[in-house]
Order: sequence, then C-alpha cells, then structure tokens
Amino acid sequence: MIEFQDLHKAFDEKQVLQGFSLRIRDAETVVIIGYSGSGKSVALKHIVGLLHPDAGDVIVDGQAVSTLDRDGLTLLRQGIGYVFQFAALFDSLTVADNLALGLRRRGLGEEEIEERVREALALVDLSGTGEQMPAELSGGMRKRVGLARAIALRPRYILYDEPTTGLDPVTSAVIDRLMVRTREHLGVTGVVVTHDMRSAYTVGDRIAMLYEGRVRQVGSVAEIQQTEDPVVRQFIEGRAE
Amino acid sequence: MDMVRALSDIGVWARLTVVQMRRVGVDSLPVALFIAAFTGVVLALQASYTFTGAVPLYFVGTLVGKTMMLELGPVLAGLALAGRVGASMAAELGTMKVTEQVDALETLAYDPQSYLVIPRVLAGTLMFPVIVAFAVATGIITGWLTSLVLLDLSTQDFIKGLKLFYVFKDVWFGLLKSASFGFTITFVGCVVGLSTRGGAEGVGRSTTRAVVYSAILILVLDAFWAVVLL
Repeated sequence: MIEFQDLHKAFDEKQVLQGFSLRIRDAETVVIIGYSGSGKSVALKHIVGLLHPDAGDVIVDGQAVSTLDRDGLTLLRQGIGYVFQFAALFDSLTVADNLALGLRRRGLGEEEIEERVREALALVDLSGTGEQMPAELSGGMRKRVGLARAIALRPRYILYDEPTTGLDPVTSAVIDRLMVRTREHLGVTGVVVTHDMRSAYTVGDRIAMLYEGRVRQVGSVAEIQQTEDPVVRQFIEGRAE
Repeated sequence: MDMVRALSDIGVWARLTVVQMRRVGVDSLPVALFIAAFTGVVLALQASYTFTGAVPLYFVGTLVGKTMMLELGPVLAGLALAGRVGASMAAELGTMKVTEQVDALETLAYDPQSYLVIPRVLAGTLMFPVIVAFAVATGIITGWLTSLVLLDLSTQDFIKGLKLFYVFKDVWFGLLKSASFGFTITFVGCVVGLSTRGGAEGVGRSTTRAVVYSAILILVLDAFWAVVLL
C-alpha cells in the first residue's frame, strides 16, 4: 500500500503540495489528475525518494520513504517500476540493454534477463526491437519501451508519469490498453499521473484530483464523472470557464 | 562525500571505468598528440633563436625536454582536454539530467555517483598521465626532428642536451600534475553536468561552465604544484 500523508513541498517561493493526502490500496490503479504544474509529478517522485518532502511523508509498505537511507531506498526502488513522461531511455544503450539494466542490478543471471526482456517486449508488442537504439524509435514506441522496462522488473508497483502526453489518440489508446493489460497480467498496483481524461477513465479504478496542492476529490470513475464539484467538473469536461 | 560512499559499489563502477578509460583515451589522444607535435617544433626553433651565439645549441634538447615534461606537455594537453573531455562529459550528463535519465537510473536502484561519476573521474585520473606521456614523447621527437632538419643539430648533441639536467623528478612531477588535471577536468565535468537545469539552454550553459572552471583550476593547480614540489 502507498499512502501520501499530509505531504508538503515547495520549490523556492512556489508552494506545490500543501497537505496532499491519498491512500492507494494494493492491486488497484489510482489516477491522479490535475492542471499542468499542479504537482502531480512532484507527488509521484516522492514515492521513490527522488524528491524529499518539506513536511509529511509517503508511506510505502509501512516504510516512511523520507527516513530511508541509500540502502533502504535501493531496496524500495527494486519493487517499483517508473514510467517517465518522455520515457527517459538511456540513449547510449540498445532497447534490450535499457530493459536489462535494472535486472542486472537485481543480480539476475543473463539467461533469465534475456527471457524477461523478450517477454516484456512481447507484452508491449515490440518483439524484435531489442537491438535498436532509442533514437531509432518513434515517440509511441519509446513510451512502450519505457513501459516494458518497468514491466521487466516485475514490480509490485508501477508509477506512470503522463504516459499518453504528446501521443496521437490511437497510440494513446494503445498505451492505455497496455497499462490495463499490465495490471491484469501482473496484478500490480498502479499510480497514474495524467491530464488525459479519456486515459484516466480507461485505466483507473479510482481518480483523485489534485488542486491547489491537495486532493480536491477522490472517487470511482463513475463518481468523478457525476461530480457536482464545479472545479472538478470544469477540469474533466475541459471547459475554459 | 557521495562519491566516496559510492566507491563501495565496486561491482557497478569497475566495468564502466574500463569503458570510460577506452573512451577518454581514444577521444583525447589525437588532440593531445597534435598539440604536442607542434609545440615541440616551436620550442626547438624558439630555443635556437634565443640561444644564438650565447649558449651552445645542444641546450635546445635541454629546453625541449624540460619544458615538455614539466610544463607544456601537461598544461597544454590539460587545457585542450578540458575542452574535449570536460565539455563532452558535462554535455552528456547534463542531457541525461534534463531528460530524466539520471532519475531513471535512480529508480532502477543505481546510484548515479557509482554509475556515472566514479567511472569517469577514475578514467580521467588514470588515463591523463598516459596521454600526457605520449604527448611529451611526441613533443620531444618533433623537437629533435626540427633540430635535425632545420637547426643542423646532430642527434648526439640533442640527446646530450636532453640528458644534461634530467632528473627522474621531471617525469613524475609532470605525470602527477597530469593525474590531478585529469581528476579536475572529469570531476568538474560530472558535477556541472549533474547540476544542469533548464533543457537545451541549460546543457549549453553547463558545457561552457565546465570548460571555464576546468581551465581556471588547471592553471591554479599548475601554480600550486610548482610552489609545493619544485
């Protein structure tokens, strides 16, 4: 279970998170929606200790992330897959090596690594691309490789940072389908940060809206779709006013 | 401090250090040898011009050897490689930083210090003395060839001059200086690269900063070693 507990975070004078609290239960996928710059990605980075909170904490499997030392963080991160907004593939490594890097860190044998890489690439419909370099891939393919890199680790949690941003509607739908497939096949707990409402409705069990540094509303897809909160309503309908 | 702590992660940095040593060596050697070759020519000609009529010509060998080993070999190679290696490392790590590749590395449970910094700094520290040794040899050879062809100085006289005030300290002093330059250039490149912010413009700023800081530190270190060891 992942739990944000009264999280506060500021960058210089800008207060981004101001008491953000949210509980993500095992095996569910929670989508965090909100305006650009509202702090969604900032919240996500606190889960793996990439950012340190000013106050409050994130609790993952009973451990307060901000209290973990380097070894503790390493152990925590070994159970979490992270899919970055622009994939963040390593330019100098082939697709297969991008996937294998995290597996080598876990001390797996080369045979098992090869098997897992093959399996993960197949799951995102990219079999046969292992020897290609990231620069040779389209934006959608890069995102799928990013997803495969997370899947190959067989993590307990997968964090998705804007997985469909910048993609055409068809490629977005493909990514959504892969995220659903990943949850069904691997039973992982997912946290998805997005402002793509179609994607949120497709992949989410619950949706939480982050507004002015805290959760404005959290509920099932149906509850969010029928909300009477004017702020949430305006966001999900994409109205200018 | 982070770098010292990451030294315990030898399984990660050892293999990558070998890769970086090859890269630093291959990237740097042509530039260093090119500079040294022409420096040797100029040193021989300027020595001959200065000594004319007053000092025996075989002192050309002395001046070329001493100057290449103690000063120009390490410093010119260091300054050139600050632009070549330091800038390249700052740009590479800066790009990795702004495209979240460094964050990705951390989420895969790697410490960027042991994966990115230690291999580069170790490679620079170990390879720069090797590169400078080749550069010094090249400078002395071109100085000798210049003396032979343009100054009518015999090989025996050039070698006589070369050996005249030679002490082993000339060699280790130059190589020690080179190692410190190698450490400085790569360390600055990594630190500046990893502190990059703000996209392509930030990467450009980091690259420039890495070259300027490295060049300044090389000159300061050069004076420091001269004061401490000579």
